[in-house]
Amino acid sequence: MDATRDIEELIALMARLPGLGPRSARRAVLHLLKKRDGQLLPLAQLLDRVGRSVRACLNCGNLSTGNICALCDSPKRATGVICVVEDVADLWAMERAQVFDGRYHVLGGTLSPLDDIGPDDLHIPKLRDRIAAEDVAEVILALNATVEGQTTAHYVASELAPTGVRVSSLAQGVPIGGELDYLDDGTLRAALTARKSF
Amino acid sequence: MIEWRDEGIVLSARPHGETSVILELFTRDHGRHLGVVHGGTSRKKAPMLQPGNQLDAGWRARLDSHLGTWSVELRRSRAAGALADPLRLSALASTCALAGFALPEREAMGAFQTRTEALCDALSDGEGWLTDYVHWEVALLEVTGFRLDLSACAVSGGANDLAFVSPRTGRAVSRAGAGDWASRLLPLPEMLIGGVPTLAGAVEALGATGYFLTEKLAPSLGARPLPAARGRLLAALKAEV
Repeated sequence: MDATRDIEELIALMARLPGLGPRSARRAVLHLLKKRDGQLLPLAQLLDRVGRSVRACLNCGNLSTGNICALCDSPKRATGVICVVEDVADLWAMERAQVFDGRYHVLGGTLSPLDDIGPDDLHIPKLRDRIAAEDVAEVILALNATVEGQTTAHYVASELAPTGVRVSSLAQGVPIGGELDYLDDGTLRAALTARKSF
Repeated sequence: MIEWRDEGIVLSARPHGETSVILELFTRDHGRHLGVVHGGTSRKKAPMLQPGNQLDAGWRARLDSHLGTWSVELRRSRAAGALADPLRLSALASTCALAGFALPEREAMGAFQTRTEALCDALSDGEGWLTDYVHWEVALLEVTGFRLDLSACAVSGGANDLAFVSPRTGRAVSRAGAGDWASRLLPLPEMLIGGVPTLAGAVEALGATGYFLTEKLAPSLGARPLPAARGRLLAALKAEV
């Protein structure tokens, strides 16, 4: 391989990114080097800028270039309802779907013994502060329907109980487009338990 | 190539690389066994690998000492039944975490495995799970070498008026047999000797089993702390009392 050490280091770094391996990283680096002015330099500048400016929003934990993110700062977002999500990827998923126009709170993980995440690692005290400061009437727990996700949801609900705020969670059941024949018994049971009048 | 099929309970699934997971199963004939599930983080496979679920699994490796790979199929989704109930969910998480923490690897435990499956069934949608859970912890202590002998007094041999447990031997002691040593003994929770199951009784019983798990079992496993899931179950039960 006739390449400088810097290029090899770049390939090694790229290969550690999700979705890339050594071969695809090599292809990506080669592509960038061929498109130096059009892609490599703008990408390098943007990475530098993002690396220096992006941080967690002090209010909700979303990624932001300032102390407070655009969602928390926007007067168009409804107040009084906070949607609690596990991490920023979940917040982005909710925003992509455009189904919620309130405020968010990023918990920063779920209770997980394997990952050594305990209650102290979650941003629950900040959530409690926000409930009082923002006159919140409802907290929606949009956490994964997994053992860890729901264990965390129950824990957060118990922690919020003294505040008296209404706590709700996402429904569980048949996915849109799902066929009953292909669902596992647990999902079917959850769907049946959460049935509604028709 | 070594290959076998078995049925077992999911104890844990931890990420391995980008798309795979290392699955820990408590199988009927091969005990607690690990292996890689390729594509285990996929939308299709991830829901199967929730703790407590019953899987039909095939294990395959070139050598027995290798980690090996699993091919899995869902037999029963127990986790879904417990998700809505915080106490059941905490108990299910505690069961899986404790089994993963305490059981030796690759050692078949037929009767205890059956008992664990029965407990997981009860935690999913059955009755009497609290009593089952408490006695499961006692059985866990027994299979790991720390049997509690609560049938008769260690001093007098009688079976009446049992009120204490020796923290050293795990044997029951009657009130008369304890004498001046009573202050050095643990109180014997009634639930452990067939008393009426109550939330308060369960908290008391888990306090006693917790002592032996922490002071006897954990040090024998390299002084690792007990899984946090058990502490959360105890805290949740105390909050309900």
